[in-house]
Amino acid sequence: MKYIKEFRDGKKAKILAEQIKKEVKQNYAFMEFCGGHTHAIFKYGLTDLLPPEIKMIHGPGCPVCILPEKVIKQAIDLTLDRDILFCSYGDLLKVPGPKGDSLLKAKARGANVSMVYSSLDALNLARKNPDKKIVFMGIGFETTAPATAMAIKMAKDQNLTNFFVFCNHVLTPSAIQNIFHSPELRNMQELKIDGLLGPSHVSSIIGTRPYEYFTEEFEKPVVIAGFEPLDVLQSILMLVRQVNEKRAEVENQYIRVVDKEGNQTAKNIVAEIFELERNFEWRGLGSIPYSSLKIKKKYKQFDIKAYVKLSEEKVLGHKACQCGAILRGVKTALDCKLFGKTCTPENPLGPCMVSAEGACGAYYHWYINKKVENGKRDKTMSLGHD
Amino acid sequence: MEPITLAHGSGGKKMVTLIEDLFLKKFNNHNLPQGNDFTSFEVSQKKLAISTDSYVISPLIFPGGDIGSLAVHGTVNDVCMSGAKPLYLSASFIIEEGLDLKILEKIVSSMAEASKKTGVPIITGDTKVVEKGKGDGLYINTTGIGEIPSNLNITGSNAKPGDKIIINGSIGDHGMAILSFREGLNFETTLQSDSAPLNSLIALMCEFFPQINCLRDPTRGGLAACLNELASQSKVAIKIFEENIPIKTEVHSACELLGLDPLNVANEGKLVTICPPEIADDLLKTMKSHPFGVNSQIIGEVLEGTDVFMETSFGGQRKISWPESEQLPRIC
Repeated sequence: MKYIKEFRDGKKAKILAEQIKKEVKQNYAFMEFCGGHTHAIFKYGLTDLLPPEIKMIHGPGCPVCILPEKVIKQAIDLTLDRDILFCSYGDLLKVPGPKGDSLLKAKARGANVSMVYSSLDALNLARKNPDKKIVFMGIGFETTAPATAMAIKMAKDQNLTNFFVFCNHVLTPSAIQNIFHSPELRNMQELKIDGLLGPSHVSSIIGTRPYEYFTEEFEKPVVIAGFEPLDVLQSILMLVRQVNEKRAEVENQYIRVVDKEGNQTAKNIVAEIFELERNFEWRGLGSIPYSSLKIKKKYKQFDIKAYVKLSEEKVLGHKACQCGAILRGVKTALDCKLFGKTCTPENPLGPCMVSAEGACGAYYHWYINKKVENGKRDKTMSLGHD
Repeated sequence: MEPITLAHGSGGKKMVTLIEDLFLKKFNNHNLPQGNDFTSFEVSQKKLAISTDSYVISPLIFPGGDIGSLAVHGTVNDVCMSGAKPLYLSASFIIEEGLDLKILEKIVSSMAEASKKTGVPIITGDTKVVEKGKGDGLYINTTGIGEIPSNLNITGSNAKPGDKIIINGSIGDHGMAILSFREGLNFETTLQSDSAPLNSLIALMCEFFPQINCLRDPTRGGLAACLNELASQSKVAIKIFEENIPIKTEVHSACELLGLDPLNVANEGKLVTICPPEIADDLLKTMKSHPFGVNSQIIGEVLEGTDVFMETSFGGQRKISWPESEQLPRIC
């Protein structure tokens, strides 16, 4: 496979890091939207290379992190029907719902829960198990929505009557807009964002055009960045330059994959199958209008919501869990009392701990707390100024 | 196809035939056919090492090995991690009704061959058959016993600040070879499991370098779990260098695709050794002279402290944490 080593070249990284150091003129706070970026920043120790003037804020772009407890409860409730074989991408299975229950625990109790790597695997299971109702959990941003849409389209073409989708796909631009509108950002006291490291795989689908709104409306620079460590460093340099030159533009660092218009085929299939849901409750960000997708009436035979009345009861997470504030960038994992003590990847109390793309999971796995003195945890961390 | 039936585990004639015609024939050695419920053997006054392991791997036959050879290599290697010379193995079979006798024969032959090549005979065993649906083809348990040379003191709690850490070759081969074969995940690769007996390599290492402090095989949980175990047992910190860790391109690529970290992926023919710095270069040379150590590398060092961390090829540092839950169930 190409493109593993090319974008992980330590020597080139040092050159980029030097260049960033040369060009910094002030303190900068940049938010990386995607969990993939958070992952790269921690895994490659990028913060050790960045000058202290640059602070990275970890955004909400981790698909499992933003699902509310209510949706996890609904999923677990669905598995009570033992005729259902519930299929999901792996990370979701561990996400804690009410009272720490999860799909993985439901599986241990005897529920039919299966991890799949692709929506098409779920479709195969439907073909192989005609006596079972296969429910595929559609989660994720614009990157995974086309695959879910394609599975629904194929199920229709193949006249499958035992394939259903529990659709919880969400939209990136709505979440970004919500963060830029947040009171914490507006009053500048709690959160300062000078620029956005834009999504990489999401942008390969939607293109760079949707971000133009943010540069115009909020006057924040956006750089679409790849997920490899050199991509991230180069994009940070591009953001520094925009801030220094007082520009607020959409720039595309990830030109090997992303273009202005995105993937028209993927956009078409999504438009064919889905429409905007009036409202979606995001964990951490709250209710955001028109921020998620639902299955169109024309395809409602594949919508599990058309058959089962799901509980709308509000479910509260762990009281001390700070995932909400962490997802908005207001707090970091180290601000949470539960972090690393009662909340660990083996026993996650909040969703950000589940995946290494979640902010807490990334801290837990890779962050070396260099400033632990006298057993006291340093809240400023080594990630730059505060 | 002749399927295994419950009668093969009933204690009756059919079971005796299976034992005599298959197990005794294949595992043939002078200790085995004593006809008793036990095997007697003599031990010296020396210090002994014993280890037991159950093998539940799926699929039973995989690129580079099968559950039979794995059950020999895995337990032999565990015994060796004390520096011991493994002497004997036991083998227990839990067979699911319906297993094709041909498959069982193939696995038992491979097990016998592994035992022969390794020089560690299987001297006692047991067979049980469970009803269809109550097992998954075949599970094997093996126990190994070995003699520890009196001049050695090798344990996981012996690592000292300043020591060097060496691995005998590339990581992640076993886990990724198994994964490539799993239903629903088939991806094309020529990757083979690294399943191998390490007793001759360890005998060579210990003969010339009895000062070795630790030996550990990075099986389930991979190199990450292995180093965390050693660090916590010895109450030290461990630093490894990303650039020095041997990883095959195929393993790296497959891990990228599936979102796995090669450091967490299982190995079945690898060992990590920790030794005083003054013997590290010579020990490395000796290891490289052995067929199972050709790609040996010094991958890190022991420091004072508590964490396991890695200097990335970027010049940054990151923590190597314990792998969480099972990346992949039933890998050995």
